[in-house]
Amino acid sequence: MTTDVFSASQAAWNGEGPELVQLLTPEGERVDHPGISLDLGSPEEEAEVIRGFYRDMVLTRRIDTEATALQRHGELGIWAQLLGQEAAQIGSGRALRPQDFVFPTYREHGVAYCRGVDPLDLLGLFRGVDQGRWDPAEHNFGLYTIVIGAQTLHGVGYAMGIQRDGAVGTGDPERDAGVIAYFGDGASSQGDVNESFIFAASYNAPVVFFCQNNQWAISEPIERQSRIPLYQRALGFGFPGVRVDGNDVLATYAVTRAALQRARDGQGPTLVEAYTYRMGAHTTTDDPTRYRLSSDLEHWKLKDPIERVRVYLKRNGLADADFFGDVEAEAGRLGEHLRTGCKELPDPSPLSIFDHVYAEQTDELAVQKEGFAAYLESFDAEGATR
Amino acid sequence: MKITLAKGLNAGLRKAMEDDPKVLIMGEDVGKLGGVFRITDGLQKDFGEDRVIDSPLAESGILGTAVGMAMRGYRPVCEIQFDGFVYPAYDQIVSQVAKLHFRSQGKVRMPMVIRIPFGGGIGAVEHHSESPEAQFAHTPGLKVVACSNPVDGYWMIQQAIASDDPVVFLEPKRQYHADKAELDESATPAPLFSSRVVRSGTDVTLLAYGPTVKTCLAAAEAAAREGRSLEVIDLRTLSPLDMGPVLESVRRTGRAITVHEAHVNLGMGAEVAARITEQCFYALESPVLRVGGFDTPYPPSRIEEDYLPDLDRVLDAVDRAMEF
Ligand SMILES: Cc1ncc(C[n+]2csc(CCOP(=O)(O)OP(=O)(O)O)c2C)c(N)n1
Repeated sequence: MTTDVFSASQAAWNGEGPELVQLLTPEGERVDHPGISLDLGSPEEEAEVIRGFYRDMVLTRRIDTEATALQRHGELGIWAQLLGQEAAQIGSGRALRPQDFVFPTYREHGVAYCRGVDPLDLLGLFRGVDQGRWDPAEHNFGLYTIVIGAQTLHGVGYAMGIQRDGAVGTGDPERDAGVIAYFGDGASSQGDVNESFIFAASYNAPVVFFCQNNQWAISEPIERQSRIPLYQRALGFGFPGVRVDGNDVLATYAVTRAALQRARDGQGPTLVEAYTYRMGAHTTTDDPTRYRLSSDLEHWKLKDPIERVRVYLKRNGLADADFFGDVEAEAGRLGEHLRTGCKELPDPSPLSIFDHVYAEQTDELAVQKEGFAAYLESFDAEGATR
Repeated sequence: MKITLAKGLNAGLRKAMEDDPKVLIMGEDVGKLGGVFRITDGLQKDFGEDRVIDSPLAESGILGTAVGMAMRGYRPVCEIQFDGFVYPAYDQIVSQVAKLHFRSQGKVRMPMVIRIPFGGGIGAVEHHSESPEAQFAHTPGLKVVACSNPVDGYWMIQQAIASDDPVVFLEPKRQYHADKAELDESATPAPLFSSRVVRSGTDVTLLAYGPTVKTCLAAAEAAAREGRSLEVIDLRTLSPLDMGPVLESVRRTGRAITVHEAHVNLGMGAEVAARITEQCFYALESPVLRVGGFDTPYPPSRIEEDYLPDLDRVLDAVDRAMEF
């Protein structure tokens, strides 16, 4: 590494350079960025959309805080918190069209919400009653993928399918489709992710790689994964990379919308790096005080994704107290839905272990299932376990 | 000093690093964090970042670079964060680590250890509770061992590191912070690739390793109250297998049951059963039975205890063996 090259990109490294696309500052000021427009129609229409983003982010945060509390009360085994990443997820999630398809990690609760997945369904995996209960085809939202990076290749393959279906570049906004594949900064080191870049470039696949650079992969800082800002990696693979302020829902929306449109138009892949911060622990079992400074967290609290939209709406008279009150009330109802719903999620039957291993059940497995059923019944017959 | 398995492994790693400056630790989050299970706790602080290496998030990268490190004379100890995440490294392990010595006709040695926390019972989400041992035991060129208790953890990790062959080292994660045992650092440990009788008995031989050793000891305790005498062997080494104590035991008891969390189909139990049948057929009073995980993916955690072989499943097999 030559120090020249490195210091030249120091500003970018800190997430401050001109390449950072931002449309709403942390202080809630609207700013312009060359080449990127928000383009949401009339001022009234625009305000309506921004109020919608605000609402989405508040609800998303509520999903997260409720689930975190449920874990603390022993109702979930573990929870992957998204605190701080609401704008990255809502901005990108709202840029999708119904026919687009999402390949998430395990932290995309806000995107799932945008795809109409009942947040309660997200809890099943973390409670340990299932491994993802929603139908990917119903929501165009794949199952959560825990093995780091694997889903990016799936996203490219799905995009290649869209291509072969002739659903790219027809100009029909109802037909043309793209894929968005989510991954983290840590995941950018995996072979699978790098291979997915190669395949996407090679076939000009209609895919957006959406990297939430939340600065941490459990205890390892981004510097362990990359010595250049992540979005710059795309260039080496032969497609454009953009860095957006991931705590700015407007910029994230505008950039992702443009990237998805490139994909649908047949212009190939884009890497979007959403520069953000994991405000919470990696998961509820993690203890970040072991490896990072609380001053970092304080610094990022000033960049809160929700607060800046609230300030913007208020200061510009685009939302009144009723609006904010309604959103709060709705969040309260969502919280209640999750609290009661979670405890009522049924435990699977022990015999369900044998179901769905294959599309066509094998005789061998059927015999195992019968044997286990008889075994379980023998306890009922005895009236008690040994 | 009374220690947990986590502490035993940590102390063993520390000792190995003190004894040999060529010993390195590599893996995800093994440095400052001390690993997600804290097995490498404090080691980076004391041995530095050059010897306790937080790797980029890429398992193939960890194993692949470990190969190069080994060729340069180091003894890497690679941590795989959870069993289900070893597969991105599978190619490096199976095609490179396992074969380099053979391919080079002994000129290239691979003195590395691949530590894998394995097994279930911790209420985790998918990919965090698997038992992939048979995949490695099926690979010539790799040695595979599993520790079951704190004292073995302390000794076996040092012995594995000292081995000039690559060793897949399986650690029952459910036990990490569970039972404590007294460690006598002046004792002489049993050889690494040896099995051991951990409870004597006369009716049936239970063959276990890793997490199921505890299950089998509890089953033997329960059976004793019903007047049945079960012998429990901790296999400890899965490749090579140490059949001596096993055959000796089965010749006395006439009955054997293998117990592991891994799927029964083509699991370690199948190999052990075949060898027992081949080598002491006429001593057998009943077929060798296998108790293990069902031949399904690991289920959601709320029903994992139904999937995992427990005391009752072991005793049920004992009944079947006795009634045969
Ligand atoms: C192949 C694989 N290796 C290791 C892990 C364990 N693990 C889970 S999350 C994680 C860090 C991921 O970091 P990043 O990609 O930045 O995403 P983030 O969790 O920060 O959203 C690790 C190492 C895993 N799930 N899969």
